[in-house]
Amino acid sequence: MSDKKSFSPSRRTFLTASAAAGGALASGQLVHAQAATPDPLITEAQPWRQYLGAGVDAAPYGMPSPYESEVVRRTVPWLTADLVSSINFTPLHELDGIITPNGICFERHHGGAAEIDPADHRLMINGLVDTPMVFTMEDIMRFPRENHVYFLECAANTGMEWAGAQLNGCQFTHGMIHNVEYTGVPLRLLLEEAGVQTNGRWLLAEGADAAGMTRSIPMEKALDDCLVAFKMNGEALRVEQGYPLRLVVPGWEGNMWIKWLRRLEVGDEPWHHREETSKYTDLLEDGDARRFTWVMDAKSVITNPSPQAPILHGPGPTVLTGIAWSGRGTIPRVDVTLDGGRNWHQARMSGPSLDKSMHRFYYEFDWDGSPLLLQSRAIDSTGYVQPTKEQLREFRGENSIYHNNGIQTWFVNENGEAENVEVG
Amino acid sequence: SREGGFGLGRAALPEEVAAWDWDVRPDGTGLPVGEGDVWTGEELFVDYCSACHGDFGEAVGRWPVLAGGQGTLTHEDPTKTIGSYWPYLSTVVDYVYRAMPYGQAESLTPDETYAIVAYLLNLNNVVDDDFVLSNETFHDVEMPNAGGFFMDDRDETEVAAWTREPCMTDCTDGAVEITMRATVLDVTPDEEGDDTA
Repeated sequence: MSDKKSFSPSRRTFLTASAAAGGALASGQLVHAQAATPDPLITEAQPWRQYLGAGVDAAPYGMPSPYESEVVRRTVPWLTADLVSSINFTPLHELDGIITPNGICFERHHGGAAEIDPADHRLMINGLVDTPMVFTMEDIMRFPRENHVYFLECAANTGMEWAGAQLNGCQFTHGMIHNVEYTGVPLRLLLEEAGVQTNGRWLLAEGADAAGMTRSIPMEKALDDCLVAFKMNGEALRVEQGYPLRLVVPGWEGNMWIKWLRRLEVGDEPWHHREETSKYTDLLEDGDARRFTWVMDAKSVITNPSPQAPILHGPGPTVLTGIAWSGRGTIPRVDVTLDGGRNWHQARMSGPSLDKSMHRFYYEFDWDGSPLLLQSRAIDSTGYVQPTKEQLREFRGENSIYHNNGIQTWFVNENGEAENVEVG
Repeated sequence: SREGGFGLGRAALPEEVAAWDWDVRPDGTGLPVGEGDVWTGEELFVDYCSACHGDFGEAVGRWPVLAGGQGTLTHEDPTKTIGSYWPYLSTVVDYVYRAMPYGQAESLTPDETYAIVAYLLNLNNVVDDDFVLSNETFHDVEMPNAGGFFMDDRDETEVAAWTREPCMTDCTDGAVEITMRATVLDVTPDEEGDDTA
């Protein structure tokens, strides 16, 4: 890409500069780099300084700079049989802060992304209720609303890594996640409108898509913090995220966040449908499987440096950053190690710390140019410490597919290139 | 709407509930009335299903394998099928009727659904080839892995073990070694425009 090439000269400049800076650091005094010749980007007039830019209506709905064209969702074709019942990945290595932009939130469909005119959308509540009901989108928009930031992590995130290091990049190993601000109606208010009967202990949520996605949700969770959401990051849900209506199930596996939500049925027993028997059950080493593994445990990953985001600037001041999250609460602390877990340092948390939301951490250090084995370890507000992959395998074996929240290791070599590895 | 509520929405009509509420539970609640035999199911399966799932449920390419694999759940590479893994027959009826064939959902009649499911049961050696599956014989079928599942027990088995102050310094015996590398497998998609020069 031309934009990458334009960075090449400055990368060489950085390398020269940092060699000088490294020497200065060793002697304990800060000496900034000197340019050999004047920079033409400064001494020569540039077109963006001379000619007028685009007018205000050039892009009624704006897109990122063309120089950010690599910040896109990517898929791994060999993972699934086709691209309709499939997955793609959020480019975590290109992002900062905690909010995922709507256009690059990962997608997971089982029957493709249904395109529904909101005027044609209906939400039905039936089963063990006083009055089975039908709501239009207009009805739903008249209920009291709430705003919450939550992570949505696919139960299969990092699932390809159960048996060992496989995909080279945090986008692929950890990118089945996004974190957005949802606006929606508490599910409780809609259920109360229909009147849940006393034996109504379970809720079946069903999508309007071709997969007819269904999941059973215990009534306790439904009445606690679930939302029926119609907005994400301030605007309507994207089509691929369930427009016009999706279920928000904070802290719980993404499969339960039914998109294109069309029906809620109250019952006295779970339904044991395909997505909670054949799929989203976790096979253990002895051949038995856990069912209803809803909550996503504390997890973290270093997003920079990482295989898709190598260190290009050479030795010297280096920003290590990453994300952490827990389905059980907030993340008050993340530890990082540069030597594969031998010694740990407490990272610096920055930004909002919200319940069941992504958190951002930083660790700034002076890289001396020697190889690194980077790891991060999240500790959530319940005291749960993110386990190693080896600890997970001791309890579960290698065939669980889902719920892999093990500690990730990146090997960084002398050139700053990073690789997905396992250590022992 | 309910008294004391917001007065929003309207009562659902019985025809509307019937049109959308046809989910099936393990106890048979929600089963459509109908029946189908193994031989009819085989013909339907070849017409509607085999292009993805193979003539005998063995699957084409990466499409799901539907038959076989019994006794493999403890293997290094388990084959999880209707016969080897699924706990309930209701799930098969519900899912086929609701979501299959892929790309033509809601096109099967209850009789066709029962026939296809009967054939799938036969492929998995769960029923003989003269079996007729219906909303009534449904209760006679027991799935091989019905007892293979248990409720999430992470809180009891794992969380306590991992809820303690972690080690911060000199946590390993000496230096840490790399035991596995993703670049050896080399299965990550190339990034367009990646400039490694």
